[in-house]
Amino acid sequence: MEIVVFFISAVIVLSGGIGVVMAKNPVHAALFLVQTLFGMAVLFILQHAHFLAAVQVVVYAGAIVILFLFVIMLLGVDKAERLDVDPIVGQRLVAPLIGLLLFAGLMAVLVGATEFTDWSWSARFGDFGVDTELNGRPGAEAPIATDRPDVNQLGERLFTDWVFAFEITALLLTIAVVGAVVLARRITGELEPIPEAEDLWVRSRPVAADADGDDAVADGEDVADGDDAGDAADEKADA
Amino acid sequence: MMLFAADPLLVGDFGWDTLAIMLGKVVIAFALLMLSVLFMVWFERKVVSDLQNRIGPNRAGPWGLLQTLADGIKLFFKEDLVPNKADRFVFGLAPYLSLIPAFLTFAIVPVGGDFTNNNGVVPMPGGEQTYLQVADPPIGVLLFLAMSSLAVYGIMLAGWSSGSKYPLLGSVRASAQMVSYEAALGLAVVAVLIQSESLSSHDIVAAQQGGIVNWNFFATGVVPFFVFLIAGTAELNRPPFDLVEAEQELVGGFHTEYSSIRFALFFLAEFMNTVTMSAIIVTLFLGGPNGPILIDSLGWFFPTFWFMLKLFVFLFTFVWFRATLPRLRYDQLMDLGWKLLIPISLGWVLFLGAQSIGRDRGWNSIAIVAVTALVFAVAGSLLVAAINTAKADRARALEEDPEGAHGRFT
Repeated sequence: MEIVVFFISAVIVLSGGIGVVMAKNPVHAALFLVQTLFGMAVLFILQHAHFLAAVQVVVYAGAIVILFLFVIMLLGVDKAERLDVDPIVGQRLVAPLIGLLLFAGLMAVLVGATEFTDWSWSARFGDFGVDTELNGRPGAEAPIATDRPDVNQLGERLFTDWVFAFEITALLLTIAVVGAVVLARRITGELEPIPEAEDLWVRSRPVAADADGDDAVADGEDVADGDDAGDAADEKADA
Repeated sequence: MMLFAADPLLVGDFGWDTLAIMLGKVVIAFALLMLSVLFMVWFERKVVSDLQNRIGPNRAGPWGLLQTLADGIKLFFKEDLVPNKADRFVFGLAPYLSLIPAFLTFAIVPVGGDFTNNNGVVPMPGGEQTYLQVADPPIGVLLFLAMSSLAVYGIMLAGWSSGSKYPLLGSVRASAQMVSYEAALGLAVVAVLIQSESLSSHDIVAAQQGGIVNWNFFATGVVPFFVFLIAGTAELNRPPFDLVEAEQELVGGFHTEYSSIRFALFFLAEFMNTVTMSAIIVTLFLGGPNGPILIDSLGWFFPTFWFMLKLFVFLFTFVWFRATLPRLRYDQLMDLGWKLLIPISLGWVLFLGAQSIGRDRGWNSIAIVAVTALVFAVAGSLLVAAINTAKADRARALEEDPEGAHGRFT
């Protein structure tokens, strides 16, 4: 059972990953990334790490990729790339080389950390349908305890043994947010005030006596009220 | 395989009857949601028309009850248009991305079961026992948050893939709005979690049994409930937060280019989300199937009755919002979310956390409230001071250069 789920989600993860690289349109690439993240969430659940799975979906799929899409749409770069020009000279030659190096490094880490002595298929994965020892290996100290929710275990570790690391991370993120706001809101030239609704109305009229301006404000409010109370529900259902 | 078994259905061997009950629950939940959408569309149109002194739908069926069905059939037989500039694949995918999260969220809602005497366990034919909810995953409420953050995709991609400017504007608004209000929504949920000490929706309901005072509405001190209600309305993109599809500005918003059955799917998802959000509010804050009065007779009937009654109250509230409140301006929307709801709910979470620790350590509860009030006052006045400084800066700029800086608005 476990091995079947693993292979299905592995196919989802890998095809999503390949899709991210191969897609010509940035929005499609982002969607493939979501596919990969979902496959990863299934893998987490397979390891009994339910909380990580949920957080994976909430944070990565729900916030970070949304942010990617937001930027893609706002900057209007959602067009297919031209593949006949190289943005960096020699990119096509260097890319596979670096890729190969990365792959070799990954394999070295994986092989080095694995505890298996018997490298036969059945020793590593077991027969199909048999619960195998995929829990937290290689790299983790021990498989997750299955007698209580992983949220509790994670919370306990985070707020006792690793509380300083946790709080320093929080501080770092806060600093990053403040920094981002300061950088993004650096104002050059004139400050532009946000206009109030009344200002807009008065200014859009030809300049007249003050009393007229006040009347205009009152009129404007009436019009706005009438619009909003309209038959929105009926319009929608009929559409 | 199954750990710290939650649903008694999954304890013991997994046979055909277990599978049948699970499938039955899924089918019933699906049918219930579809029926409630049929009802909700009719209900909304009828209530809004009553509130506006109109008659509303009254042709199809008694009191126009079958109007939604007629509309559905009409939509089904309309021509399915795909705009020339649309991204065909994503255009087709988006309605489903909007619909599926709406379905999945309802899976964690307990719709019945006697929590006072029997911990929500209901006997089934064939000797099995189960909870009256499709699933009780250990992550419970996080599934709701995950699904509500995924619902953004449907709207966002629908707007983008239409290849047209109004839908794109609508979807950019939608993503900004939903991501902003998710923070307040999540913080309100945290207050509930501190109270019930579990993520599972079944445990959250079980912790609220034993009378009205135990409901999280009171137990978390009312504030998180209202934050959740407001943020939930914004998350649903319902009035007064429906800038996403503001008719007067954006034609129809993200679904302008959609027609026929694809539009029907968006429509379905929107109303299904309303029903699901009401159900989640009832589960988190109003005790789910727990009744205000303990009636033991009729076993299964009263818990489900209470749940449906409370659900109905919130469905009416959402319609009432729509008929009463004018739409917010975009800057008002962002002000409300970031400058009011998030600070308040964050402060309230800290307060509840301090209280919870205080109970464990035996601190003086009056001292906790006093310190909290002090911190709230200081933090609140700092926030107000910051906002006022920014406003004063703008006003000064306006005074110094009344024409130049915003001539483009005239």
